[in-house]
Amino acid sequence: MATPVTERQYQGKVHEHSRRLMSAWMGELARAEAEGRTTGALMISGNCVELLRACHVLPMFPEVTALQNAIRHKSLPLILKAEQAGYSSDNCAYVKADMGLFLEGGMGPGKPMPFPNLIVCNYVGCNVYVKWFEHLADISGAKLFMLDVPFARTPEPTAADVQYVVGQLEELIALCEGFTGHTFDIDELREVLAHAARAEDGYARCKDLCKSHPAPFDAYFDSINMMGPINVLRGTREAADFFDVAVAEFAGLVGQGLGPLSEERFRTVVEGPPPYPYYKNFRNLFSKWGAVAVQSTYSTVGGIWEWGFRHDPARPLESIAEQMLRENLTNRSITARYQQIRRYVDEWKADALVIHSIKSCRLFSAGQGDMRDYFTRELGVPTLLVESDLEDPRYYAEAQLRNRIDAFFEALEHKKVVAAGTH
Amino acid sequence: MTPEQILEQCRDLVGQPLGAVAERWKAERPGGRVVAAYPVWTPAELVHAAGMLPLSLLGGGTSVELTHADARFQSFVCSIAKSTLELGFQDIVKGIDGFVFSNICDVARNLGSIYQRNFPGVFVEYLHLPQNSTSPGVTAYAASELRRLAAGFETAFGLTLTEAALTKAIEIYNVVRARVRALYAFRIAEPQKLSTTELYVALRATTLVPPEQAIAWLDALLDGLPRRDARPRDRLRVVIEGAFCEQPPLGLLEVLEEAGCYVVEDDLLLGWRWFTSDVPTDGDPFERLGAAYVNQSVPSSTRHEGREHRSAGLIEKVRRASATAVIFMPAKFCEPALFDYVLMKQGLERAGIPHMIVEFEEKMWTFERTRNEIETFVESMLFD
Repeated sequence: MATPVTERQYQGKVHEHSRRLMSAWMGELARAEAEGRTTGALMISGNCVELLRACHVLPMFPEVTALQNAIRHKSLPLILKAEQAGYSSDNCAYVKADMGLFLEGGMGPGKPMPFPNLIVCNYVGCNVYVKWFEHLADISGAKLFMLDVPFARTPEPTAADVQYVVGQLEELIALCEGFTGHTFDIDELREVLAHAARAEDGYARCKDLCKSHPAPFDAYFDSINMMGPINVLRGTREAADFFDVAVAEFAGLVGQGLGPLSEERFRTVVEGPPPYPYYKNFRNLFSKWGAVAVQSTYSTVGGIWEWGFRHDPARPLESIAEQMLRENLTNRSITARYQQIRRYVDEWKADALVIHSIKSCRLFSAGQGDMRDYFTRELGVPTLLVESDLEDPRYYAEAQLRNRIDAFFEALEHKKVVAAGTH
Repeated sequence: MTPEQILEQCRDLVGQPLGAVAERWKAERPGGRVVAAYPVWTPAELVHAAGMLPLSLLGGGTSVELTHADARFQSFVCSIAKSTLELGFQDIVKGIDGFVFSNICDVARNLGSIYQRNFPGVFVEYLHLPQNSTSPGVTAYAASELRRLAAGFETAFGLTLTEAALTKAIEIYNVVRARVRALYAFRIAEPQKLSTTELYVALRATTLVPPEQAIAWLDALLDGLPRRDARPRDRLRVVIEGAFCEQPPLGLLEVLEEAGCYVVEDDLLLGWRWFTSDVPTDGDPFERLGAAYVNQSVPSSTRHEGREHRSAGLIEKVRRASATAVIFMPAKFCEPALFDYVLMKQGLERAGIPHMIVEFEEKMWTFERTRNEIETFVESMLFD
């Protein structure tokens, strides 16, 4: 009988630091209305938060609100409220939780979550983003700017793609100037981008440290501590500094040979967003097997930094456009994601791929059966596919999940034992 | 030919496997190529201008059992995506040389690349249709994307697509669309003479033949249908909304009419009658077509229109068709239609237009519950 695996119960500076930064940002949002600050709604994936920051528009992210409500077990009443108003049970529950928040009276003028003054739909692959922001504009009456980013359907973005996005960024700058009365300064944007690039570098270094055995953190469950600073706060000095702290801490753990669990028995790559309503429960199902995610695709929705792309202060608008067009998971095809995962499995020396398929996000999940086929049949990578949802707790069936996860790791353990010649 | 003879021909064609339709056309044109377009809008003009046959790719309908695609796409994915993939696995689209997908929804996006991975021997292209309707750069961008598609055809099939040929293709498809608009106008005026299933079958057949043949059929219908002897009945005039991609089974359309409706407007096969007026044919045809996409498109759940509320086009359609009510008919799991349902429903309620919703799947085969629901709705309106 193997020794039971336990969590080290180590939260460290990273967790607290991230919480502090995100709380400060949410405090700013809560005060924005009273202080007369211009707010702008954005989506997480492949966003242009640097531009809003340089335009003195305080960014807000409905996805973050939705996931926070889910993780605090508050999402279901909001989803039900939206469904009563006509939203289908088959619609993305992120959107429903956000619209439900409005219908419940939690969003709007004078509410804990203000209406944005400006809605910037960074249409980066996800068609639901378009719908979400159309609905947000409808309830709030805020100006909707559709930032149309052509999907990555060629090996590199075409010149027309880049020109089209840059042109829209210039229009967005003019629009922001109208809202804030602040004249745009390209040098201010360059400074913001320099901070962004430093944060991107730090995030990439953190993830690179997970190549160590054991990995110093779980690149799926613990990455959420870094996803706030990298996706929401990118472009601030504080976010860049945060990653300096994170790198130092994780490098220290690598030096000590410590990971998030008492023992790292299995190294996994995880594909798909987590089930936020049951985040800890879901994590426990893997922890008990000593399974640690050494890479994850969800952690790259905002940007893929591990292959070396950085925002470039010398080419400010062009590099923002390139990041939106190419350097994020959601604007790439699902089969391009296969290659991303393949690199993760090879370079991070993973034992298995875990696909968490969620109903809400078809962009992520539609076709993951084909993904499983590719990894199991063509590459011989042990692959587990489980289903639930990132926001709607009704789709989380723990007993079924446990059965499948247990069966998978039992088989994987058996395979390891046989391979080691000890059976 | 009489309308009945034409409709019989159309019904026969629509019932044939897509690959067989392609093979028959190619048998008469050695070296010919066929390109199938996934809903909603693909520029058939480009395919035709390159000397190829454009076909609508609308899934397997009721004719294909899923044996492979269910393992690739989950249970919460719409039927048309799965059955379209299945057509490939079962070789039902053998004879089709190219497939075009676009950014109509997240599932279609993934389907395109999964299709490409599983069937590497055929040409698969993904078209990015602009979602920004107001940027000064959008029409030039749309034109560049069409040029990219044209270049893809040229490279893949070793053919030439000239601007002159594209201009001619736009002209002929303008004629097709004008005839279709006339047929829809005829149904609005005299719905008792043209049932929705008849109109649908005729329209669908026009998406499986060259435009010249489509025009001949449509002209004959426009000529013959007014002479039909049919007495107007006391029915509810309704608009169908939401079936722009996956197509409902014919049985469901029949039930609508049997239950007491005249369908006087709909969004079935919307992509094949996409433009509200003729596309201009002077100047650069790529730019004309791109500009038309931005400025002359019908309202649709797959295209963001920043210049008017989502419900405005539907309300205008109701008024124009002198309809009394709207029947929302989204395919199960169709996110664009289901999201738009909320905004459109609110708009209709503000305008005092009654509505109901009926979800469908392409393999739906029992309609009794739907019949009861529609009958109740119709009676509540007619006897109010």
